[in-house]
Amino acid sequence: MELTAEEIRIAANTTGDVLAGFSDSRGNLIPALQQVQNKLGYVPRVAMQKAAAHFRIPAVEVYGVITFYNQFRLTPPGKNQVKICMGTACHMRGANIIQEAWERRLQIKVGETTADREFSLERVACVGCCTMAPVVVINEEVNGKITPTRVDGLLFAHELDKKNAAEAKGGAE
Amino acid sequence: MTDRITLVIDGKTVSAVAGEMLLWVALDNDIYIPHLCGSRDDQEKPASCRLCFVEVDGRPLPVTACTLPVSEGLVVRTGGERVDALVATGFELLMSNHRLDCKNCPANGDCALQQIAKTRKLKLKPKKLPVLERDLTVDDSVPGILFDPNKCVLCGHCIKACLRDGNGILGFTRRGFERVISTFGDLPLAESECSGCGSCAAVCPVGAWSAHLHAEAF
Repeated sequence: MELTAEEIRIAANTTGDVLAGFSDSRGNLIPALQQVQNKLGYVPRVAMQKAAAHFRIPAVEVYGVITFYNQFRLTPPGKNQVKICMGTACHMRGANIIQEAWERRLQIKVGETTADREFSLERVACVGCCTMAPVVVINEEVNGKITPTRVDGLLFAHELDKKNAAEAKGGAE
Repeated sequence: MTDRITLVIDGKTVSAVAGEMLLWVALDNDIYIPHLCGSRDDQEKPASCRLCFVEVDGRPLPVTACTLPVSEGLVVRTGGERVDALVATGFELLMSNHRLDCKNCPANGDCALQQIAKTRKLKLKPKKLPVLERDLTVDDSVPGILFDPNKCVLCGHCIKACLRDGNGILGFTRRGFERVISTFGDLPLAESECSGCGSCAAVCPVGAWSAHLHAEAF
């Protein structure tokens, strides 16, 4: 997924502001990256390159840190965040099959965002409703007993909602 | 002048500089201890390959030779039931995701894994563990260098060599089973400011990095 020039500019400025608050001690790398992630919602290339220059380490070392920890995202989150539960119960009930269904339908991998920025896909640990396994949380809404067909249904429902919302908006004007 | 001390390795009395790591003392005295990840000039020792275990008198458990500074009167055995079990398991874990293709591998005959298997009488093919191949893309984008991550043992020598002789473009990325050596943003070497120095191929103990056989053709 490509970032716009505007997004890159904002990311570069935000990262610059964050880094200004840190000395170049290597121990500040993760706190600085966390602040960038908090402000932007993700850590793009330009942010990693700026951080690498600030801490005088190879850019690949920053990339290694970002890919090591689950809390960091490389791509901006989508408008709708799909979180697939990978807890023990969901795992046993075929969460990996559900993950594959989402990946196939959205044509992205876990951790990525669709080209239209509508959906991003994440794996999470237990969300606390194991009786409903396998569980998928879309934004704040919990969906239980998910099957690959239900994935299609959820996406279709989302399309409908969007269409209705657009029509309602059009009608109101 | 630094203090010289004497210690005993496998019944052989050797003399060494106090504080040097046991692994290098043993190797300098023609006593082979399996090892992949350590280098003599390491500031921080990775101690990640888990192959250089030895028994030391007075220590309750086997220790890694690469992190043990030698001292006066140390008595070391490079083998033993517990050491052999640890090394065998560590080796089998490494081999369980190593693409085994010795016949066509550029490192055939000059491979640390083959050497360890031979000296410790271990099988290259895992017996207890299933082989989990990752089928990662081979990078031949820079003429003269070939990187096959499927053969990588994650020793990190190429990262150090690249920092020293190249542009420092290599690093460990991801975590757990997915851990690989890659460049910033996983770009091919040719798009990553690779200087083409070939230091990575020179230091690779296995056949993951190699000099490209068909370099002239490009």
